[in-house]
Amino acid sequence: MLDSLSSSLSSALNTLRGRGKLTEGNMREGLGLVRTALLEADVAYDVVEAFLDRVTAEAVGEKVLASLDPAQQLVGIVHQELINLMGPVDHSLHFQEGRPTVLMLCGLQGSGKTTSTAKLAKKIKQQGRSVLLVAADLQRPAAIEQLSVLGQQLNVPVHTPDGVSDPVAVCNAGVARAKKEGIGVVILDTAGRLSIDDELMAELAMIDRTVGPDQVFLVVDAMTGQDAVASAKAFNDALELDGVIMTKLDGDARGGAALSVKHVTGVPIKFIGTGEQIEALEDFHPDRLAGRILGMGDVVSLVEEAQRKFDQDEMQQQEERLRAGEFTLEDFKKMLMQTRRLGPMGKVLGMIPGMGGIKEMLDTADLDRDMNRLFGIINAMTPDERRNPTRIIDQSRRRRIAQGAGVQPQEVNDLVKQFDGMASMMKGMAGLGMRDRMKQLQQLQSGIANPGARLAKPKGVTGKRLTAEERKKQKKQREKDARRRKRQTKD
Amino acid sequence: MALFRFRGSDKPDPSKVDEAAKSGAPVDSTGSVSPEATADEAGGAGRLFDRFRAGLKKTVQVLNTDVRDLFKQEGRLVDESFLNDLRRALVRTDMGPTAAEEIVKDVYAKQRARVVDPESVLDSIRGTLSQRLDQTDAPLAAAATGPTVILVTGVNGSGKTTSIAKLANRFVKDGKRVVLGAGDTFRAAAVEQLSMWASRIGAEIVRSDQGADPASVAHRAVARALEGDFDICIIDTAGRLQTQSNLMQELGKIRRVIAKQIPEAPHEVLLVIDATAGQNALSQAKGFSEAASCTGVVLAKLDGSARGGVVVPVTETFKLPVKFVGLGEKADDLAVFDPKRYLEALLADSFCDSPA
Repeated sequence: MLDSLSSSLSSALNTLRGRGKLTEGNMREGLGLVRTALLEADVAYDVVEAFLDRVTAEAVGEKVLASLDPAQQLVGIVHQELINLMGPVDHSLHFQEGRPTVLMLCGLQGSGKTTSTAKLAKKIKQQGRSVLLVAADLQRPAAIEQLSVLGQQLNVPVHTPDGVSDPVAVCNAGVARAKKEGIGVVILDTAGRLSIDDELMAELAMIDRTVGPDQVFLVVDAMTGQDAVASAKAFNDALELDGVIMTKLDGDARGGAALSVKHVTGVPIKFIGTGEQIEALEDFHPDRLAGRILGMGDVVSLVEEAQRKFDQDEMQQQEERLRAGEFTLEDFKKMLMQTRRLGPMGKVLGMIPGMGGIKEMLDTADLDRDMNRLFGIINAMTPDERRNPTRIIDQSRRRRIAQGAGVQPQEVNDLVKQFDGMASMMKGMAGLGMRDRMKQLQQLQSGIANPGARLAKPKGVTGKRLTAEERKKQKKQREKDARRRKRQTKD
Repeated sequence: MALFRFRGSDKPDPSKVDEAAKSGAPVDSTGSVSPEATADEAGGAGRLFDRFRAGLKKTVQVLNTDVRDLFKQEGRLVDESFLNDLRRALVRTDMGPTAAEEIVKDVYAKQRARVVDPESVLDSIRGTLSQRLDQTDAPLAAAATGPTVILVTGVNGSGKTTSIAKLANRFVKDGKRVVLGAGDTFRAAAVEQLSMWASRIGAEIVRSDQGADPASVAHRAVARALEGDFDICIIDTAGRLQTQSNLMQELGKIRRVIAKQIPEAPHEVLLVIDATAGQNALSQAKGFSEAASCTGVVLAKLDGSARGGVVVPVTETFKLPVKFVGLGEKADDLAVFDPKRYLEALLADSFCDSPA
């Protein structure tokens, strides 16, 4: 389902390739698909609408880069906007000196407050500060026990109510205890609630006012649907939120709630919970979640890298040369170099969704080594030879090139022969989008990797040099065929 | 709009349906129940109804706008902007963009460019949705003889333990003897939480230390149910995400262990879904169905502002009927799911939200 978004996007925007600018009209279909992707990721409807307006404003008038698939270009813009919207992130907790820093956690029932409290405590403890946990959840049965057990596991003191039934008093007592004992950080674990429970919201607001926490964090379940907006708004109205902790991101939830919550509250997501272990609280990185919300795997990062690293001017020059029907080994080399700038070939291919298998297959073939041999051969040629290899390179030149590149003369020959076929293919590629180009290149690569192909043959596995027996067999076959033809003509 | 609003006297009280379901009395599609099942329930019915109403008052308070906001504008045409509002209202129920889009298309096809007629628009939506939510009345399966074993699963924080308590409370009130298996041996104090509930509602509990093998707890709970001649045995499990394959396999093991003592058990495997959950609930239903062969859904926390519309695609895709809905934090706040009333409430609620 996820992969299909990228493919349907590119077919929707296929017509735009290589020409003109992005306009509201020609993006409509593509943005519709982005909308569906966002809704499927549980981003709230109004947030999606507002977001798409922003993207449209950003993208309109943008020139469709000749070298990029417009679909990918649009996704690139969407992705960037997602990052802008969810960032920037400040992971520090702004500790106070000289008095205890009070952190308060609130959230819906079952969002993971108590677990997050423990995880946060562990994180702070690792930074060398002392922590006191305050069990202020007097609603759920055994919530206090749960925090006590976690406190024991962490070796962190837990302040429990001991018969007090007023959460405000418990929190106050906890902070007082921290002051007395010189503890650096106090974390208040409050009762979970349904956002529309006025009574409990009033209780939270009361804690906020009387205890005066330095930071208030909202704990949000990554699996939350459209309701994330309503609950985040209710909490934000009752309390002044400073940050959000998003939990249960270790599952396969796309986490669109993050976008909704940020949109509604304006406060950043600070941490994410990614597991049931107490260690599993990570800093939040908007770029990673943006890719996840779009459900496009790493294709987005591939686009980004491509945008960054492909030399636009160089590409343009090449386009023109290709269109004019010129393609030389020099161009081929440049093209390979550009591809290579993205990273090791295996990694680049592995980033494309659905190509993981190919990556594995190629891993054994040592693509990069083969590419180096190609570069070696091309580098050993004179400019004339590179421009017109088929016509110029004779036996003596071939021997010289092979010697210079440290390969067998046969390999030079193979490259030249292969180049003939390649040149026409490359000319056909002029004007193709980046994705198709990658595909073509990948075909080339698998040609290289395939020992039976004619390009670059490592010693030993030439696949062409036949054993005596095989030659004999082939000869026999040829003779047999000849006899049969003879017979047939006779008849 | 109340979730379990009654229009006149033709709609039966949900408690009656429920009692009937439990006692195995025939329940037809309109929810009418054979009289002998309802006779002893008449007293508690009014109270229960009041509580539903109170629970849903909160929802109405928050939404705080006219129920038919979408249709308020006189003489509005079924045009782009109306369809957008409709789409928004539908998506907000968490039914998913695909289902919403289909309904929008259906309304567009049938009523394009006409003046908006609230009833026919609602009818069209109702028709599509009830088709999707088509579930035959699904009372809890019961063992012919011996204890009925119910296994309860779900992701972390979906409301399993509370739902078990509510379920047990129902059975106890019904005069059944219930034993609980505290199978959440992973989360700190989960066993204590269930123990507290057990003592509150008067059910027996089989427990083990934190970190013990949940399958062993399940085994002992079933053994206890057999030996003590209990009617119902409900087994809790630790919350787990459907992507954690080793934990999902553990569910299969628990199932097998239970079946060793009673071959046809567990008679019910319930998946608890949080009403606030979004599209990920589909993945949950898939994962848990594959691992534990779920037989039904409990939609928990429906008393908030969330509408739990994701049960529409869940029921449609995985043929998992919704059996109960959780409506509050008290032990009594559990009702038998009625698709018709649920749809009525789903639409009512979504159409009283004004565009933000």
